[in-house]
Amino acid sequence: MSLTLTIFKRELRSYFATPVAYVFIVIFLLLAGAFAFYLGGFYERGQADLQPFFTFHPWLYLFLVPAVSMRLWAEERKSGTIELLLTLPVTLWQAVLGKFFAAWAFIAIALALTFPIWLTVNYLGRPDNGVIFASYLGSLLMAGAFLAIGSCLSAATRNQVVAFILTVAICFVLLLAGYPLVLGAIGSIAPQGVVDAVAGLSFLTHFEAIGKGVIDLRDLVYFVLTIAVWLYASTLVIDMKKAA
Amino acid sequence: MIETRELSKRYGSFTAVNAISFKVEPGQVLGFLGPNGAGKSTTMKMIAGFLAPTSGRASVAGFDVETQALAARRVLGYLPEGAPSYGEMTVREFMDFMAAMRGLAGDAAERRIDDSVGRLHLEAVLEQPIDTLSKGFKRRVGLAGAILHDPQVLILDEPTDGLDPNQKQEVRSLINSMARDKTIVISTHLLEEVHAVCTRAIIIAGGRLLADATPAELEARSRYHQAVSLSAADVEQAKAALARVADVAAIEVDPQDQRITAFPKPGRQIFVAVSDALKAQNVAVRELALEAGRLDEVFRSITQGAGGKGVRT
Repeated sequence: MSLTLTIFKRELRSYFATPVAYVFIVIFLLLAGAFAFYLGGFYERGQADLQPFFTFHPWLYLFLVPAVSMRLWAEERKSGTIELLLTLPVTLWQAVLGKFFAAWAFIAIALALTFPIWLTVNYLGRPDNGVIFASYLGSLLMAGAFLAIGSCLSAATRNQVVAFILTVAICFVLLLAGYPLVLGAIGSIAPQGVVDAVAGLSFLTHFEAIGKGVIDLRDLVYFVLTIAVWLYASTLVIDMKKAA
Repeated sequence: MIETRELSKRYGSFTAVNAISFKVEPGQVLGFLGPNGAGKSTTMKMIAGFLAPTSGRASVAGFDVETQALAARRVLGYLPEGAPSYGEMTVREFMDFMAAMRGLAGDAAERRIDDSVGRLHLEAVLEQPIDTLSKGFKRRVGLAGAILHDPQVLILDEPTDGLDPNQKQEVRSLINSMARDKTIVISTHLLEEVHAVCTRAIIIAGGRLLADATPAELEARSRYHQAVSLSAADVEQAKAALARVADVAAIEVDPQDQRITAFPKPGRQIFVAVSDALKAQNVAVRELALEAGRLDEVFRSITQGAGGKGVRT
């Protein structure tokens, strides 16, 4: 456990030792604001809630989270430090978790820095802060799921661009799994049971469910399981590369 | 102690390491020699537990590197090829991280870090990001990380690559100073390094172990072993004198510096006879030397000749 924490701290610090953190946070905050105000009509709606803000998070994450996750393992492989890390007395799980939680904490920091919009909406009206809290939680969980997918694909290649594109592609499919674009494609080749199963995997459906302010255990379990499965896949991929 | 048994690594149909077996005891410094791509690094990666062998096994201090991986890694200090380290960290941050990963804390960590940093003369760059350091410093940072926990077993992949001659000398004396109670394996393609630090050398080419011997034994296989070389004012006169020595098998003259080398018949020693003959003939000799043997020549003949036929002593 303490080794996971050591790796976590090293990773998190490394984000802030490079421009990655600052570029990411600035762009994230700018885009999150711009989407909420211009596309979401934050003011025009005349409602004291953050729905126009959260609605665009999945689409923001679709491009920004893979930019964070792509370096998780690919960079270590490219620079050779993976050899240093994995010959230290750590288990694969400790390494995978340490890195994942550092990336997740980093995104949590970026997300927390959107607090002015929460202050604004509280200043302008009397929003349901329970719903806002749930939406933040849902947003963070979804970011975690994106990251876990990114971790696995980053472990699979030494090329960060490849890791980025694959992660975006898979996240896109999972985001829209509940929508006709994906369901139609699957429905044409698979029976209804499969279609329903795929629909149940949709990030958007679960994210929107949490965003309504109802924290259903099933939605939480869905995200936690997604994260666990992809992190497990990360350890498998790294192990496979070892034996390759 | 390090032991490998029939250690092999195959990538598809390509065999990078082919059934290599050896054993290194504490107090020994084993030099891995071989052309580029011979399988040196792959072998080291398998012993360090970074790559899984396709077949065979390896153990470090009695711990199997696959089934007792964590125990093996705890007693091992490993410098990977190219001495990778986290470039955005300062040297101090990196050392602190390595200490924490080794389970060192508080005073013990301080002491070990001070010791490693002192041994590799990194005091002046402690607060600098590793990315901003020269190649020589980066290599030393990697080395400092490898010896940080005072491991019983050290595997160093090209520890002196990229260092200037003074730094090479320092790292070699560092290895020598640690050699007494540790098991050390280094890879190198500098043959002088084998002389300077190794008590034993293994030559690998094409993934196979071709020789396993002390540096002196390897040199003894050289054509130059026990040969006598000299520079004389009158080359022809000297050659004539040498030709009369009974045990001289051949005489060669270096076309560049006119240095003459007399090769003995197998198993014979000719130094005394040669020097007597030269004196008797009144040949003016500027300098006369007994050759120990040339490792580079042995290396070439072992790795290129014999089509990879195994030679063992």
